[in-house]
Amino acid sequence: MNVNGRPVRVDAGSSILDACRAGGVEIPTICHGPTMTPANACRVCVVEVEGSRALVPSCSRPAEEGMEINTDSDRVQMSRKVILELLGSATELDRSNASILTWLEKAGADTARFGPPEGPKTRHSPRPGHHDTVPIDNAASVHEPVKIEDDLYVRDYSRCILCYRCVDACGIEHQNTFAIAVAGRGFDARISTEFDVALPDSACVYCGNCITVCPTGALTGKVEFDMREEGSWDESAQEVTRTVCSYCGVGCNLDVHTQDGRIVKVDSPHDHDVTLGNLCIKGRFGWTYVQSGRND
Amino acid sequence: MDIRLLLDKPTEEEKVAVDALLGPPESAWRGGDYEPLDGRVAYGGHAAREQRHLLLPALHAVQDAVGSISKGALGYVSERLMIPPAEAYGVATFYALFRTDRSGGRVVHLCDDFVCSGRGAGEIASALDEAGVRWEPSPCLGQCDRAPAALVHQPGDGYVSVAPADGSALGADPASDQPPPVIHQARTELRLLRRVGVVEPTSLEDYTGSGGYDVLRSAIEMGPDEVIGHLESSRLRGRGGAAFPIGAKWRGLRQAAGGGKFVIANGDESEPGTFKDRVLMEGDPFALVEAMTVYAYATGAEKGFVYLRGEYPLAERRILAAIAQAKRAGLLGDNVAGAGFSFDLELRRGAGAYICGEETALFASIEGHRGEPRQKPPFPTERGVFGMPTGVNNIETLLAALAVLELGGEAFSAIGTQESTGPKLFCVSGDVERPGVYEVPLGTELDELLKLSGAIEPMAVLMGGAAGSFVDEDQFGMPLSFEGARAAGTTLGSGAVVVFSSATDFSPVLRRIARFFRDESCGQCVPCRIGTVRQEEALARLDARSPLGTEADERRRLDDLATAMTDSSICGLGQTAASAIQSAIRLGLPGAPS
Repeated sequence: MNVNGRPVRVDAGSSILDACRAGGVEIPTICHGPTMTPANACRVCVVEVEGSRALVPSCSRPAEEGMEINTDSDRVQMSRKVILELLGSATELDRSNASILTWLEKAGADTARFGPPEGPKTRHSPRPGHHDTVPIDNAASVHEPVKIEDDLYVRDYSRCILCYRCVDACGIEHQNTFAIAVAGRGFDARISTEFDVALPDSACVYCGNCITVCPTGALTGKVEFDMREEGSWDESAQEVTRTVCSYCGVGCNLDVHTQDGRIVKVDSPHDHDVTLGNLCIKGRFGWTYVQSGRND
Repeated sequence: MDIRLLLDKPTEEEKVAVDALLGPPESAWRGGDYEPLDGRVAYGGHAAREQRHLLLPALHAVQDAVGSISKGALGYVSERLMIPPAEAYGVATFYALFRTDRSGGRVVHLCDDFVCSGRGAGEIASALDEAGVRWEPSPCLGQCDRAPAALVHQPGDGYVSVAPADGSALGADPASDQPPPVIHQARTELRLLRRVGVVEPTSLEDYTGSGGYDVLRSAIEMGPDEVIGHLESSRLRGRGGAAFPIGAKWRGLRQAAGGGKFVIANGDESEPGTFKDRVLMEGDPFALVEAMTVYAYATGAEKGFVYLRGEYPLAERRILAAIAQAKRAGLLGDNVAGAGFSFDLELRRGAGAYICGEETALFASIEGHRGEPRQKPPFPTERGVFGMPTGVNNIETLLAALAVLELGGEAFSAIGTQESTGPKLFCVSGDVERPGVYEVPLGTELDELLKLSGAIEPMAVLMGGAAGSFVDEDQFGMPLSFEGARAAGTTLGSGAVVVFSSATDFSPVLRRIARFFRDESCGQCVPCRIGTVRQEEALARLDARSPLGTEADERRRLDDLATAMTDSSICGLGQTAASAIQSAIRLGLPGAPS
């Protein structure tokens, strides 16, 4: 097949995204995670496929022999830019992963063009298929109060772009716990437990595998969240040490993030063929004993 | 799979409603009383999880009985069907007719869409407020021929459509059946509508007495290949909006490998301004059952669904009755009509979601999920409902297929134009003297339809509903054919023809269309989920003469949104969400952004 006029060869079953990357062409992705089946929801990865009326999501569309792909046409650039602008107009993106932040800039997205976002409000239980008022001075947003329900992790849904990654990680992709799902419809859709009960009352097992797949910082460990809020979180000053979890015999690799000699976060490498980035509550959160009793 | 439930228990009434659908629970593992054996035996696994498709029927059972879905009821349904409660909640909060945020009780759903709001819906709302009757606004209820329309839900008694609605009468219990629709044309001209209002829709005997089941009999004599051959030579194209060649669709399903195929009748007619399928389903339900049987016979499907929008209670009763009678008469089930094939047909009710008319969303809904569409390919003939090869046809298409087999493919293709064959139903409403369903050969000029229905000083016509586009008098001469509509830069879409007189201010009409798409977006993809919101906000600001920047900036914003939504949304909803608004702007209709 051809990508931007240059021939590219990939194995059958590869996606258009795989083909583009094989051809050295960069495509932005948000909902597509390396360890997950594409949710196909964010649409920033759309490309032009000759013969197709609408643009095509490169992450989930299989590559076919003879396809002519254009990743940089005016149409693609326009959609990419507007989609990023829409996301930025409704959601706080400043703690997103580097790829999102880079692409916002690269696409020239003006996230303020739809007006200043509405302030936080409770988003629980709106009526599906109805909304009351349309703001004139603000742009409707997903901003809502931060959910802090325990000492392990924090849900800040003002940053949620509804990429479905956490739902899939909690459910069929990784954990098979199904504590959260998308509830509500349309712009009022949000990630929720049943009746929005607090996580400790839900089926959540605190594996934190949702945190590790979240691309926007909507889900973070409590320690990281607190440090970010007080402005002391500094990735450039952090060291990452790879080790093996000491709890059971599975042997999950841990990446222990330390700042100023203290553990601030633990996760697992996404390319690890045992964990795929997943851990259990003990591996991810059970490290505070390391620092307890220290009086420094 | 273990599921963890909240501690809330269902009330006796809720439990009875669910058990009436699912039968009594078989053990303590599934919501029953604890028996000593339950301590040693666990039930669940695949058998339990395969009941996921009963989620919507179970939620309907609760909603119907008590008027809302409580924590206890949702938990009980989850436990019975082995569905994680968070997922069940996600489904319950997707559909507008399910309510999880209030207590139950009687409610009036009042249509405030663009046809009904021009026909006194506002006055009715005031009357209901004054009388203290609880009501909620609703998108188009598909009763535009007798606007204004309402749908009354009395928990325990079910839903009843009331149209035309009268504010003072909506407080009382309405009659459950409505009179048949007024057909304004001479019966001799009609083929698709010929039984509507003439043949008793609840009697199989009357149906067979009027030529019913002749087609099935001759189809069985011909054999599947010849049946599909007739559809191919008829050049019939789908009537749901996409105009796909039906012969190819049926042939594709017939050739799909393996068993376990499904056929589905798409009766989720929710396009604002569209009501033709309702008229057919209410007025000629046996024809639908027969057409589905022929569809199954020709394609090798053994199981079929009629997916009906939740706001069509009369059609539901009529189709259920027709299915039951056909079963009793051996026309459904094992060995249909003694011809050696089996076909089981089941009705599934939607629950207030326009998006479920999109075929992949419809599959998700039948399977017990949120009605979220998915990317195609794979196409339904390859991977449809429950992952099996599936054919989906619109209701009118199925009745047109019967007409093809009555007339023969060649004769059918002589009706209409070269590219657009056969008769077609149009739903004419708005500023006309005789609103209703009209059956005309494709290729008939729009002007003639406007004359037939008595259009009142028409300034613009909305073709194809909210997902369609406006045309003005320059195009009133256009032939109503697929190619004619294309040449005029519009679409026949669902067959909605909504007439707006020269007195119309289009600003509220466009605002209502923008609101509709925002409310009906499933929320899955970004361009549609947020784009429809920004589109509505821009129109609101222009209306309030408070543009962000200049009016030209707002126009550019609307244009960019339209481009992104059309180009990069997953499904047809987002792809058409800007179509009508953009057409109004292009035509410079009064009240449209200029």
